Amino acid sequence: MATDQPERVQEPVLAPGHTFASVTDKISALVLERPYNWRWFAGFTIGFVLVMMLLTAITYLLLKGVGIWGINIPVGWGFAIVNFVWWIGIGHAGTLISAILLLLKQEWRTSINRFAEAMTLFAVACAGMFPLLHMGRPWFFYWLAPYPNTMALWPQWRSPLVWDVFAVSTYATVSLLFWFVGLIPDLATLRDRARHPFARIVYGILAMGWRGSAVHWHRYRTAYLLLAGLATPLVVSVHTVVSFDFTIGIVPGWHSTIFPPYFVAGAIYSGFAMVLTLAIPLRKAFKLEDMITMHHLENMAKVLLATGLIVTYGYVMETFTSWYSASTFEEFMINNRMFGPYAHTYWMLILCNCVTVQILWSSRARSSVPVLFVVSIIVNIGMWLERYVIVITSLHRDFVPAAWGMYHGTFWDYATYFGSIGLFMALLFLFIRFLPVISITEMRELVAETQEREEAREAMTQGTAP
Amino acid sequence: MNLHSRKTSGLDLEQLRNRLAGETGARYWRSLDELAETEEFQEFLHREFPRAASEWADGPSRRTFLKLMGASLALAGVGISGCSQEGSVEKIVPYVRMPEEIVPGKPLKYATAITLGGFATGVVVESHEGRPTMLEGNDKHPDSLGAINPYVQASLLGLYDPDRSQVVTRAAGLSRGISTYDMFVTAAVKALDAQRPKKGAGLRILTETVTSPSLGRLLNILLAEFPEAQWHQYEPAGGNAARLGAQLAFGQDVATRYHFDKADVILALDADFLSRGPGHLRYAREFGTRREPPAMNRLYVVESTPTITGGMADHRLPLPARRIEDFARALAQAVGVKVEGTVAGQGSWLAPLARDLQAHKGACLVVAGEAQPPAVHALAHALNQALGNVGTTVEYTAPVEEKPVDQQESLATLAKAIEGGKVEALLVLGGNPVYNAPADMDFANYLGRIPFTVHLSPYEDETSYACLWHVPAAHELEAWGDALASDGTATIQQPLIAPLYGSHSALEVLAALLRHPSRSGYEIVRDTWRQRKSDGDFETFWRTALHDGVVAGTALPAKDVKLKDDLAFAPPKSAGDGLELTFPVDPTIGDGRAANNGWLQELPKPITKLAWGNAVLISPKTAARLRVGSEDVVVIRSQGREAEAPVWVLPGQPDDSITLTLGHGRTRAGRVGNRVGANAYNLRRSDAPWFATGVELVPKGRTQTVPCTQNHRPVEKTRQEHRDDLIEGDYAHKREIFRFATLADFIKDPHFAHEHKHEEKPGEAETMYNDNFPYNGHAWGMTVNLNTCIGCNSCVIACQAENNIPVVGAEQVVLGREMHWIDLDRYYHGNLDNPDTYFQPRFCMHCENAPCELVCPVAATVHDAEGLNNMVYNRCVGTRYCSNNCPYKVRHFNFLQFADQTTPSLKLLNNPNVTVRARGVMEKCTYCVQRINAARYAAEEKGQPIKDGDIVMACQAACPTQAIVFGDINDKGSRVSKAKADPRNYGMLAELNTKPRTTYLAKLRNPNPEIAEPEGAA
Repeated sequence: MATDQPERVQEPVLAPGHTFASVTDKISALVLERPYNWRWFAGFTIGFVLVMMLLTAITYLLLKGVGIWGINIPVGWGFAIVNFVWWIGIGHAGTLISAILLLLKQEWRTSINRFAEAMTLFAVACAGMFPLLHMGRPWFFYWLAPYPNTMALWPQWRSPLVWDVFAVSTYATVSLLFWFVGLIPDLATLRDRARHPFARIVYGILAMGWRGSAVHWHRYRTAYLLLAGLATPLVVSVHTVVSFDFTIGIVPGWHSTIFPPYFVAGAIYSGFAMVLTLAIPLRKAFKLEDMITMHHLENMAKVLLATGLIVTYGYVMETFTSWYSASTFEEFMINNRMFGPYAHTYWMLILCNCVTVQILWSSRARSSVPVLFVVSIIVNIGMWLERYVIVITSLHRDFVPAAWGMYHGTFWDYATYFGSIGLFMALLFLFIRFLPVISITEMRELVAETQEREEAREAMTQGTAP
Repeated sequence: MNLHSRKTSGLDLEQLRNRLAGETGARYWRSLDELAETEEFQEFLHREFPRAASEWADGPSRRTFLKLMGASLALAGVGISGCSQEGSVEKIVPYVRMPEEIVPGKPLKYATAITLGGFATGVVVESHEGRPTMLEGNDKHPDSLGAINPYVQASLLGLYDPDRSQVVTRAAGLSRGISTYDMFVTAAVKALDAQRPKKGAGLRILTETVTSPSLGRLLNILLAEFPEAQWHQYEPAGGNAARLGAQLAFGQDVATRYHFDKADVILALDADFLSRGPGHLRYAREFGTRREPPAMNRLYVVESTPTITGGMADHRLPLPARRIEDFARALAQAVGVKVEGTVAGQGSWLAPLARDLQAHKGACLVVAGEAQPPAVHALAHALNQALGNVGTTVEYTAPVEEKPVDQQESLATLAKAIEGGKVEALLVLGGNPVYNAPADMDFANYLGRIPFTVHLSPYEDETSYACLWHVPAAHELEAWGDALASDGTATIQQPLIAPLYGSHSALEVLAALLRHPSRSGYEIVRDTWRQRKSDGDFETFWRTALHDGVVAGTALPAKDVKLKDDLAFAPPKSAGDGLELTFPVDPTIGDGRAANNGWLQELPKPITKLAWGNAVLISPKTAARLRVGSEDVVVIRSQGREAEAPVWVLPGQPDDSITLTLGHGRTRAGRVGNRVGANAYNLRRSDAPWFATGVELVPKGRTQTVPCTQNHRPVEKTRQEHRDDLIEGDYAHKREIFRFATLADFIKDPHFAHEHKHEEKPGEAETMYNDNFPYNGHAWGMTVNLNTCIGCNSCVIACQAENNIPVVGAEQVVLGREMHWIDLDRYYHGNLDNPDTYFQPRFCMHCENAPCELVCPVAATVHDAEGLNNMVYNRCVGTRYCSNNCPYKVRHFNFLQFADQTTPSLKLLNNPNVTVRARGVMEKCTYCVQRINAARYAAEEKGQPIKDGDIVMACQAACPTQAIVFGDINDKGSRVSKAKADPRNYGMLAELNTKPRTTYLAKLRNPNPEIAEPEGAA
């Protein structure tokens, strides 16, 4: 997509008629003016209850050990790793939208980047929890970090799990910084507008002395662009490294060179699906249709379609290579995936990730909010199933037939999984309540740009006149 | 404890001690009080026992203070005499002067024997600072030859079982009250005195099979004192049919001894001689020696339930138990034994079998199994006679038991006497008749009718609850005794540890009843042997016998016996029709006495791979006919009695014959064994001890999960499920995980194991990582000969005992989390109704390019310079990545806190040289690294290199057929190097370039070329 193409008139990025003041009023009001409504309470309550369930599940886990889950030998990794990869994948959209689209000057990103970044952070928080919890002795998690110790031992650098530690923690740090730096001018706006002294103080501290001087703006822009530049390679690297967890292994179904690109595409796919899933109810509930317009939704649908096709290509190639390899183990693996005891999971995944998304070829479907919502949910489910298929069906029947087994999640597996969704929801609702969900600053810029464009157009139409 | 050297500023301990040294007697105690007042001491206390000291400061009671003082002064080496819990004054001696022979950390080994069904298996017990931790076979003992079976090994866990009865109890109303041994002896002597005027007419003694000369001697003394008393014997699964068969054939009691090493052709008629019955370890060894090419034996098996012997067969015929007699009769007729009546033809391979046997006259062998009626045993004797095997492969000796009786008859006589009210006092010395007597004898009721009953038993079990008195029996590792091997060789059993709970042996109880209550087992056994050995120096004899674990020259000589002239093989009574039910002894927990043994309960049964309980084994065809599938719960009805159990469809089970093993369904076994499985004794009648016909099988319409270690597939309860067994075998074959050929093909092409489509490993040019470590010192390696591996599970349990492997319980087995370091895989090949069976022990291969090491994030699994893939438990954080990446799936994970770290008695069981693993840690075979290191230290002490054979793995030592060989592959003369040079040697999944150090020797089968079997025979 070239940036200099004129916007489509029927789907603007910002509904007409907005001024600097109206944009600022509308977004800051969400935090400062509007009373708590029942929708927020309902959503937060669900999230909160699930968080309590998560805490219960984690407490029991730490008391008893990972044996409360369904994992066994041969399936040593279960829901925890599936959830980890799923959440990390979801966490991709935020950075992609913020950083890459920023660098590519896609102005439609403006109204969705803030909450997409927040979503990234919360998803990474949920993801980061799982590798720790899935350890047999989680209290020694720090042994995966290189730190000076009396044992004179470092991590084992050849293990992808060590790379994971670095990839994910770097990603989390940069995402947090990026998000926070972007928030600073808005926090200053909130500080200035807040009436409650406590809110003023808190926002004031967080705003870090922002006065809006030109120097501030200059440094802000530089820092923001630098961070965007830093974050860009991370979008590709994190999921590539996560895919190494599998590709470095010799397990048929894991040991595959296609995994890194296919994981990245899958991550963007699931990330955008999650942004859609969140944006649609959000714009409805908080009447943000002016700012998150159909234009945004349609663009995201296109990204969804594109990445969905890449993912489908991945599945096709996986099947092809396993046949082409002429390896008994590879052939068996794909056969077992398609027709073995987990065949239903595999075909569900194909249905969710490859078939459903084809509806987005139609522009009518792309402009239908309910269709997009349903598709996004299906893709989210499909991407979870994909990780389930990769992790479990590859492990449950590998090389030695006598060691084959089955895996099923237990109550505690589900409790932890849904609990993590609850944590995500709760954090998101707190974010909606206490921080501007759309970047006020960038919306103001958008207003300015729109106005300039309008003026230019007017000037052009009136150009013949003196 | 070395507090002497500790610097304690303010108060010198030396000074304290000096002050105390000056005091004596009553003054001594006062001085402690006085001492306590000093400031220095208070400061000392605060420094040494800060917590306790503050307690003392809160409310100084004289008692607390003295406790503290006692502890601190004992630590400081003042050496006051403490009070033991039992109130007796015993000197506590610091370990300053080393007791003779005991070096801390260095185990001592003692030879003794463990009995099974009365017969001894010689063992060498490893004892660490006075606690036995490991049993190994005694190579001097004829029934062990260095090997050990799972039952004997697991008796070690039985010693430390926290559920063992710990105190004498006496029935008190409906419950039981605690009593003492002395009270019991008083009561028993009184009861016996009441019998004296009647010459013991009301006295009965019930034992299991007795081979012990000492026990026999005491029983005979008792019987001499009470001439009218009767001694009954009952063993639920002893050799009764063999005894009666010998009676039938020879008209006298003889014991039969086989020499499998001399047999070229063997026929087993429902005889599981590789894992059941007296002498099976020796038979397995002899069988194994003849399993290797070129002079490889050929085994035919006709059996009613798949067993490991059937698994080793070159030709196997599944036949309902009731039809095996017909088969034996037909065969007898074919080789010229006179058989009455007409005999129907039996199967396609009877004629070639008869020719094969006749072609190997004098070098063949026919063996009949315990579950077959005496007539089949008699037929086997006649066949061996006709085939000229007597004197070569078969020998007869005098019976080994103290008093051979028809035990079925013996128990029935006792039951009748009780019914007639003739029994006033009954001593049950061992055994559990309430649980295991035939179902038509209501023994619980019988025992209630007798005024005075005693049960001597290691557990307060079903029978104990029906008796007036229960006396805890000492474990065989706790008491003196003696027992004979299957060839009559005697072993004097020496105790390894004082009784944990003050229990008594049968010898001591009998001595007490003979009014020698203080007579110890030691004296009794010595008396017996003093009487037997009148010549020579007794002390020398005694010490030699104890040291060797056998009494030299006690083996029974061969005896000439002749078949009865009038021996006629009348056609059997109607064999009965309808569905047949067989009840063989359980392959792991035996006849039920080991039901509370977690090791044995969790040990997967060799063929079915079921653990924790039994199931109704049924053939695929019969299952289809009766419309039941695996895990469907059914009720089996037989003559008005019933048992409820889940079904397990088993390939190779004969059609129209179902199996439910004995030994399960205990109600008072203990916490481990209670309510595990179904009780098949409920269906067993005295007229049909091993199989019943006309049984009904009624599906209950619900399912029950059966713990199985090889088919962890709880979701697929389809009718097709049993096909998975074959699918696994097919894949194992296709993937060349298991390689086999016939003997003929092997002779044609000795390198068959390497002619496969996979490349063994990539060439040097094809790998990017040519960092081949030279391994200049030792390079440890192992081979497993699949040809001689009989799948007996001995290695699995030996490994469990040696390496402190925890028991996880049925639920965890269902989830696929059993911890055995050795997975004994069972594969089928061929058709569903009668497949070939293959066994393959699978443990850590110690790959030179170990995939597990690459992926561990914390370097918890690392290679050493001798090629061992080491597991560092302390470093493991439990990501389980190593297990995922292990192509052999030999790693096991402590998903929960599996190891019992709290039960005091079980702590004694652990091998101190092996870490007890905590939750969240990965573990796997270490090549018994503790044994390698022990050998290394020993060699260093002597200044010599480690020799081949210095290091023996636990699994290797236990193996009855010596299929496992371990050693240094850099030493070209070592046995393992030689085995690896065998053309049959191959590495499992070696094409992955893992370079496994453990390799396999491919399996051979030796089928009769005359028998064309349907697809399936190798």
